[in-house]
Amino acid sequence: MSEQVIVPKEETPLARFCSQFAESKLAMFGLLLLVTVIVLAVFAPLIAPQNPYDLGKLDLMDSRQPPGGASMAGGTFVLGSDGMGRDMWSAILYGLRVSLLVGLASGVIALTIGAGLGITAAYVGGRFEQILMRIVDLQLGFPAILVALILIAALGKGVDKVIFALIAVQWAYYARTARSAALVERGKEYMEAAKGLGLPHWRIIFQHLLPNTLPPLIVVGTVQVAHAIALEATLSFLGLGLPTTEPSLGLLISNGYEFLLSGKYWISMYPGIALLITILAINLVGDQMRDVLNPRLSK
Amino acid sequence: MFVYIVRRLLQTCLVLAVTSLLVFGGLFVVGDPVEVLVSPDADAIEKDRSRAAMGLDKPLYAQYGIFVSKAVTGDLGKSFVFGRPALEVIIERMPATLELALVAMIISIVVGIPLGLYAGLKPDSLPAKAIMAISIVGFSLPTFWVGLLLIMLFAVQLGWLPASGRGPVTEFLGIHLSIWHWDGLKHALLPALNLALFKLSLIIRLTRAQVRENILLDYIKFARAKGLPRSRVLGVHLLKNILIPLVTVIGLELGSVIAFAIVTESVFAWPGMGKLVIDSIFQLDRPVVVAYLMITVLMFIVINLCIDILYSILDPRVRLDGNKI
Repeated sequence: MSEQVIVPKEETPLARFCSQFAESKLAMFGLLLLVTVIVLAVFAPLIAPQNPYDLGKLDLMDSRQPPGGASMAGGTFVLGSDGMGRDMWSAILYGLRVSLLVGLASGVIALTIGAGLGITAAYVGGRFEQILMRIVDLQLGFPAILVALILIAALGKGVDKVIFALIAVQWAYYARTARSAALVERGKEYMEAAKGLGLPHWRIIFQHLLPNTLPPLIVVGTVQVAHAIALEATLSFLGLGLPTTEPSLGLLISNGYEFLLSGKYWISMYPGIALLITILAINLVGDQMRDVLNPRLSK
Repeated sequence: MFVYIVRRLLQTCLVLAVTSLLVFGGLFVVGDPVEVLVSPDADAIEKDRSRAAMGLDKPLYAQYGIFVSKAVTGDLGKSFVFGRPALEVIIERMPATLELALVAMIISIVVGIPLGLYAGLKPDSLPAKAIMAISIVGFSLPTFWVGLLLIMLFAVQLGWLPASGRGPVTEFLGIHLSIWHWDGLKHALLPALNLALFKLSLIIRLTRAQVRENILLDYIKFARAKGLPRSRVLGVHLLKNILIPLVTVIGLELGSVIAFAIVTESVFAWPGMGKLVIDSIFQLDRPVVVAYLMITVLMFIVINLCIDILYSILDPRVRLDGNKI
């Protein structure tokens, strides 16, 4: 780290970003929701009154208790219990963990692969760029759910396979965004300077080009993570996603589906609300980030 | 143009080959359909016999070779579960899916365009803000979850509409659909509404953006200056101009409605192609899964190709031949 840039303290890009972000109350509300959701998910084992995976602790006498109902062990089911006598509040906290983990993991990996390929394509150009962008166009011509379905049908179920399918669905968005951002940066002077210094290509790509294409990638990233969580929930709901041993929110909703018609709404309803809050919070934050980071929209 | 279409058709073959290889190879690994289909007390000889009957005793490459050589002639194999050609089973279910997609598209157009017009003309009014808020919710809610909410509200709580299934199919003007019948229409309403919600949000937002852009242009001012009634300015002059991009998007979305029907059909137990493919995945009915994916992928490629060609006809600035590769 020999190159140090001196910037007046009150005007760092990060500080400017933060103050602009805070201008929208709705976005701050979204951020608050998102932080709450993440904290709940991370500390689920500490917060949850029951370990929903420990089948020995479950009592079938407790099954399908309405919200507020008392358990045989003396506790209260704040959000009711499911068909196995599992506390819904605990199941939601653990489910949130799984959903967020799958969404974030697939998002980060897809971002790394997609951005790497997209930026390299813009830098190298030629045949590599053409072929890569043709594959991207081809894939984006199909709806995400169809691509995911093909992969799950081919690969089978399981956490790793779902994450792989979600990566395969998402990488093309990142690749396209990264390439178009890198194309703009490619012609700028600092790139000329870096090339003139005779730096190796990988260093120019990852140390100079990549940081400057990050803002649009972050915006696409937040939206994509929300999409990934929704898609994972959809796959799990269809029974094509995660195994029943580690229920995500989608699977919890799916489990409650059969009780819905008999009026036992809470088994599906509350996991659904948790899913909704998570997606909405990410979208609110993502919307504001797009507005702040997009120079065309600045007031 | 000709070279372009030939190139695209070659690409289509490549995509179909990759998809079929992927699904075929994958399904081969996932499980043994014989274990699922044959009764549990069947002995090894019986299992071998049914394995041979389904062509599962041959190695993967031989099975794939047979599949390809038959697929070229339009034979996509026999369903293990139904014992009939997979293509036939899928085509049988197709009208139900298309019916649902059609009703969903009609709902999103008939409701979406007027709401979008209103939101675009009076962007600061309270109803317009409510419309936009609803459209944001429509974007962020997963389809299956909205479906559950609809069932809970209209089927369980209010009891107005049936929660699942398709009504009786009747004939009208030579077309066999369930929506000609009142009972059938009642069955179709909830799933169609569920399927429509995402498109509806999209059309509302698009219409609103188009209206806000066009309303400031000179041709609207001129039409008003001519003293034309407001209804004519909006209904003819404005609508004509905002329809062009709308039609493109609606065309593009038609395919994705059919893909998303997989989810809606599963929620509402609607007997269409989407529910068929999910059931087939569980029952390891390989021929049906492969055939469904082949048909859907082909359909998407054709839709995308048509749109690209249409673009070049509508907008001379788009040059198809200019694209390399």
